[in-house]
Amino acid sequence: MTVLDTLVSGLSSGAVEIVDLTHTLDPDFPVIVLPPEFGQCARFRMEEVSAYDHRGPAWKWHNISMSEHTGTHFDAPSHWISGKDVALGSVDEIPMQAFVGPAVVIDCSSEALANEDFELTPGVIAAFEAKHGRIPADSWVLMRTDWSKRSGADYLNMRDDGPHSPGPTPEGIRFLVEERDIRGFGTETIGTDAGQGAHYAPPYPAHYYLHGAGKYGLQCLNNLDQLPATGAVLMAAPLKIKNGTGSPLRVLAMVSK
Amino acid sequence: MTQPLQPPPKKNPQKRTQSSTRPPETRSRAALGLSAAAAEGRFALQVCQECFAVQYPPRDVCRACLSPELAWQDQSPSGTLLAETTVRTSTKLYFRDRTPWRMGSVQLDVGPVVLCHVHGDCQSGSKVTLLNRLDAAGQGVLLAVPEERTDHMEDNPQLRALSADPKHRRILVTDLRNPNTPALVKALLDAGAATVFVGESESWRPHDNRRALADLENVETLPLDVTDVASVQKLAGEIGGKTDILINTARFVRPGGVLERGDTAFAREEMETNYLGLMRLAQAFGPGMCARTGDGINSAVAWVNILSVHALSNAPDFGCFTASNAAAYSLSQSLRGEFRGSGLRVMNVFTGPTDDEWHQALPPPKVSAVAMARAVVSGLQQGLEDVWCGDVAKEIRDRWRRDPKVLERELTQGGEGA
Amino acid sequence: MGRRASYDGVAVTAPFSAPYQRYSIETAHWWIAKALRGSLQAAGLKPSDLEGFSVASFTLFPDTAVGLTQHLGLVPRWLDHIPMGGASGVVALRRAARAVQAGDANIVACVAGDTNHIDSFRNMLSSFSRFAQDASFPYGYGGPNANFALLTDRYMREYGAIREDFGRICVAQRKNALKYPNAVMKKPLTMDDYLAARPIADPIALFDCVMPCAGSEAFLVMSVEEAMKRKLPFATIGGTIERHNAHAEDPIQLRGGWTLDKDELYAMADCSPGDVDLLQTYDDYPVISMMQMEDLGFCEKGEGPDFVRKKDLTVDGDFPHNTSGGQLSAGQAGAAGGFLGLVEALRQVTGTAGDTQVSDARVAMVSGFGMINYDRGVCSSAAILKSGGA
Repeated sequence: MTVLDTLVSGLSSGAVEIVDLTHTLDPDFPVIVLPPEFGQCARFRMEEVSAYDHRGPAWKWHNISMSEHTGTHFDAPSHWISGKDVALGSVDEIPMQAFVGPAVVIDCSSEALANEDFELTPGVIAAFEAKHGRIPADSWVLMRTDWSKRSGADYLNMRDDGPHSPGPTPEGIRFLVEERDIRGFGTETIGTDAGQGAHYAPPYPAHYYLHGAGKYGLQCLNNLDQLPATGAVLMAAPLKIKNGTGSPLRVLAMVSK
Repeated sequence: MTQPLQPPPKKNPQKRTQSSTRPPETRSRAALGLSAAAAEGRFALQVCQECFAVQYPPRDVCRACLSPELAWQDQSPSGTLLAETTVRTSTKLYFRDRTPWRMGSVQLDVGPVVLCHVHGDCQSGSKVTLLNRLDAAGQGVLLAVPEERTDHMEDNPQLRALSADPKHRRILVTDLRNPNTPALVKALLDAGAATVFVGESESWRPHDNRRALADLENVETLPLDVTDVASVQKLAGEIGGKTDILINTARFVRPGGVLERGDTAFAREEMETNYLGLMRLAQAFGPGMCARTGDGINSAVAWVNILSVHALSNAPDFGCFTASNAAAYSLSQSLRGEFRGSGLRVMNVFTGPTDDEWHQALPPPKVSAVAMARAVVSGLQQGLEDVWCGDVAKEIRDRWRRDPKVLERELTQGGEGA
Repeated sequence: MGRRASYDGVAVTAPFSAPYQRYSIETAHWWIAKALRGSLQAAGLKPSDLEGFSVASFTLFPDTAVGLTQHLGLVPRWLDHIPMGGASGVVALRRAARAVQAGDANIVACVAGDTNHIDSFRNMLSSFSRFAQDASFPYGYGGPNANFALLTDRYMREYGAIREDFGRICVAQRKNALKYPNAVMKKPLTMDDYLAARPIADPIALFDCVMPCAGSEAFLVMSVEEAMKRKLPFATIGGTIERHNAHAEDPIQLRGGWTLDKDELYAMADCSPGDVDLLQTYDDYPVISMMQMEDLGFCEKGEGPDFVRKKDLTVDGDFPHNTSGGQLSAGQAGAAGGFLGLVEALRQVTGTAGDTQVSDARVAMVSGFGMINYDRGVCSSAAILKSGGA
């Protein structure tokens, strides 16, 4: 039996389960909010072209529009200024091997419940490794906060001093990138950075360090509570957009039961 | 004496909605001058530019000297009620549904005799003031009212039919996030609106106006994003059947012309909100409102757009924004044509720079939220089609009317070189 | 202004009234042809004997007199189309008379007719005149009812008329109509009925208004020699007048154009009001009949109410008025309403009026009034007809 035969039989027997890590693309799903004089992330929009009617008698279809960074989405290195010169840094160039690979899940959900500005520090990572072993190189690291269970205003959690949501410190993300050489970093929040990430040095450290090092980001992930700490395999292939800096995508995880 | 209008009872679901009927619409081209003046609430008549004879009914040449030089000029609206009748039967359904209907003959102080509607509080043979108002056919008609205000006079059915009075009506203000919205909502409530629905986009993004409106009675905040067709359709499904007046305050504004911006991202947002947003609202709410223009005291009556006066002639400092407003203005004219058959009016409120975050750099005068609210409410009460809000808007209007090309040239200065 | 030439040598003859119908499925063409045929038959003429043809109608659209010539197979060498509503009978007469005198046409048929479909009246209102469209109909769309309500309101307040005064005119006309077989109204009308009637446009109530109907009227104009040769009873024309847009400066119409021309009319006819044996006014509303009594000199301005209180307006009375019932009781057959009084007067002075015959009727005054262009009737006309023998 080939590896794939084994996989297929695992899938059909239920030994391998598929978990959908994606939020539904919904016009009212929050997106990142920047000061209004800056360009803004487009919300998902869908307009009916026809619905079995005078505009097209036998078919229904929609035109959709959105940003590369709307909904559950993938960040390519070229998204950030630090990654602008990274080779193969846009979604259409990224080697496709990067789109399927292992994931580890750092469970910060109880901490995030207690502290909406919870920071992923090297200490938190060390504690994870103490329990689950060293994070393998070239793996996705997903920060579970159960933030995906929030909705509406609680999800963006915007206040007069900006949004509040958990994320990595500069040191935390540098550790993952430089010490563990991860493939990418994924979160349940609107960005890979904390809501208050603008106030770190450098601002938005996850974006800065990940993409500067040619690593990838995944955000607005869902259902991370259904993944094991280690052992899941992620399938996260962005749309092949020419010179794209990211892409909405369907993120699936394969989990052994 | 006018009886105060009582809030209408809840609709009887077993009764068929009164269908929309209209008074006669056909007019000669000359007579449309009266409608043009009524659109702004002015009482104007043709005056011969050679012999200065005041004319009525509207005509093509002077009745005194045969000069073709007739100009519409504002006139004193005072006159004396010569004769009156109460029409109790009419072959026109609009009036048949509304009899008894008082009309009469008034000798104007400026000369001509006019046939007109007569307010119930006018005494036989008394001095009267004529209002020139748009009727449900969108044509200017004259109504004699008492010289002195009488109690509840605007509740007279004939006067109310010539207005879009917010009193007892349910009004949708489409954008909670517009800085002018709280003052507008307050003014509508003060004018007797039964309910003000306020559309809120992206409720996941907090806004001070939500708090400002939270404590007001008879205000309901509901989700509405004019850039999202599903959201617009959903709200229309919920409240479209009881939206009597729709005031579109949704606006996306950023400074800048074409070169300064260098991309089309904001322009797209401007078109999505200011132009396509209007279209989405009209497609979702328009048919239902058109079907309810005959629906009693709280019938559907008006659609209000708030536009930059530079929709008439572009202001390059806000070049892309004003282009989207020009598109919206043009679309509002299409809507006028499409709504006309139902009697639903389209009122455009043209403003100069508004006193908000996006016009920080502009010198005064700027239109305050309170002034804007006052203009909208009084425009509705007078049933206007065109409201010019603030000194800048009035000035641009006057310059545009004098010579659009001269105005354009003045608005597009290149600055003095060396 | 020179003195007008007389109408010597002109005969008016062969009156014909097609019985009116409240509603008709026929066309104006049909009704006009019916009256034309009736009048020609009365005179023993064939259509080919006609040299002149004059038409008045509101419901001929899209045709005019021109289209009718082809439709009816006529080859006139003189053709006229009179768009003057209630004034059209007299105007048709005076033009035809001049044509006969001048030799432009030897025999002229003057015909008015209209049909009345269920929606005819509404359609006619909607395209009546530009000023009415622009400045009258938008105000309640009461049509002529509202216009005449205003005039009546003003007249009552100015001259102290009360509703009974107008009622006298209407009640007397109904009595006359009951003797006139073609009338639409067949039931007696009492003053109580009149006063209790449903209000239409205050102070006008149901019996102040005419009943629109279908019908047609016709007469022939020819030389006296021609009439005598054919042994036709005929009338001669004492005089005629017409006037348009008179007294435009009056803020509201309390008098008509007759006041400008009546003295000349009586001078031409060599008679005075006292010589008139019967009066046919254009009675679209009773106030207008009262106005004509005043403006044609039967009483002073403002004395109309008192005049009708003192006079008996019936066929047998001391001031026979609208002896066929007028439009108020015979019905208003569109433009034929402008011919009704003239055709009836012709029957009267030729002694052929049957049950409505006024005894010793020798001199008849016929008055016309037409076209509420905006706030008042614009056209006025009148003629004095005299018995011409046969």
